[in-house]
Amino acid sequence: MNKTDALIIGAGPTGLFCAHQLGLIGLNCEIVDNLDKIGGQCIELYPDKPIYDIPAIPECTGEELTNNLIKQIKPFNIKFHLNERVEEVKRVNNKWIIKTNKNKEFETPNIIIAGGVGSFEPRKFAPKECEKYENESLFYSIKNKSIFQDKTISIFGGSDSALDWAIELSNKSKVNLIHRRDEFTGAQLSVDKIKELEKLGKIKIFTKYQLNSVKGEQNIKSIEIKHDDESLEKLETDYVLGFFGLIMKLGPIVNWGLNLNKKTIQVNTENFETNQNGIFAIGDICTYPGKLKLILSGFHEGALAARGCFKYARPDEKLRFEFSTTSKAAQERLGVKK
Amino acid sequence: MPKITYIENSGNSQIIEVANGLSVMEGAVQNDIPGIDADCGGGMACATCHVYVKEKWLDRLPKKEEGEEDMLDMAYEPKRNSRLSCQIIVSDELDGLSVSIPSKQG
Repeated sequence: MNKTDALIIGAGPTGLFCAHQLGLIGLNCEIVDNLDKIGGQCIELYPDKPIYDIPAIPECTGEELTNNLIKQIKPFNIKFHLNERVEEVKRVNNKWIIKTNKNKEFETPNIIIAGGVGSFEPRKFAPKECEKYENESLFYSIKNKSIFQDKTISIFGGSDSALDWAIELSNKSKVNLIHRRDEFTGAQLSVDKIKELEKLGKIKIFTKYQLNSVKGEQNIKSIEIKHDDESLEKLETDYVLGFFGLIMKLGPIVNWGLNLNKKTIQVNTENFETNQNGIFAIGDICTYPGKLKLILSGFHEGALAARGCFKYARPDEKLRFEFSTTSKAAQERLGVKK
Repeated sequence: MPKITYIENSGNSQIIEVANGLSVMEGAVQNDIPGIDADCGGGMACATCHVYVKEKWLDRLPKKEEGEEDMLDMAYEPKRNSRLSCQIIVSDELDGLSVSIPSKQG
């Protein structure tokens, strides 16, 4: 059982800065995130796109912002639990007991939900029968590429992931690459490479096609793809891979007894606590009159939520307001050398 | 105010007055039209405000930016008349626009 003063759900900019604020006032925390990397939407949706409205930073990318936040919280040695999703939250003796999908357990007086719009999950194919083959002969990510050797693989998508896997798998498998339009969004170098592999007969490219249906028994035997002009084409295939990026799903959060408003959690604006004592919500996932879905709002919400955590984590102590510029305690926690 | 028709996947349709300058997505969200999620809030980063535009309106809308087409690659069942409703800004010229909402957003 991991014990901590606060468990933050979500390693996006809001969760990271909240960890900093907790650290400054002397509380420890751990962070859980379903993605395999730190940064949330900033790193998943726009790592290389510019952001212009972070105070005092005229321009930075999602990746730069994330890296700077990681640097800022480094002194606090925060433990991250990536690739993990919080499934269950239970109240036991004034504490929250939290369980993840990997059966990791936490005990804490405070949970801070900084979950953006929920956890990222792969976007799936439209035809219903696809579900039946999922994780057997149809995949949205690849864990073991050896199963594809000497087989026929149909890859859908136009992103870097789709192109990279098409190139990689074409070494030892027959590859069909299917995309809904002629332009690919992947790097030009990869686009050139797949066109070269097409000329060599290693990859077959089908553009303006989408998946129409899947046929097979235990495993997939063939698929039917549909052109923009409605004509159909049948392809024999052993495996189907779909790379359509990720979508955000609220997931288990709906079961935690919180007051919800559509896909957001209602909070007060004094300390961003929800209707449950010791559960806070900050960033895109919280709602209150006037809420703006901006990173800077998430920072403010995190600063106040961190202070809200103090009374549950240190019930016998009083929190004194201090500036980082002059607070000895804060500077010690930051490891500032004088 | 321009009137925008939102046709849900069930066939149910609603005509909403949307102020000039708002996006078709905002018109839907502010009026609780089901089926337009707009997870990213209008940043062309999620493709969950995907709609199908009535054919006759296709050429009358402002052209797609490159980022919009890239995001539509990720949308659920994209078609030739697919658009992200956060990128369609309402103006008098769009009075009478009709958009259909897909069966789901992903």
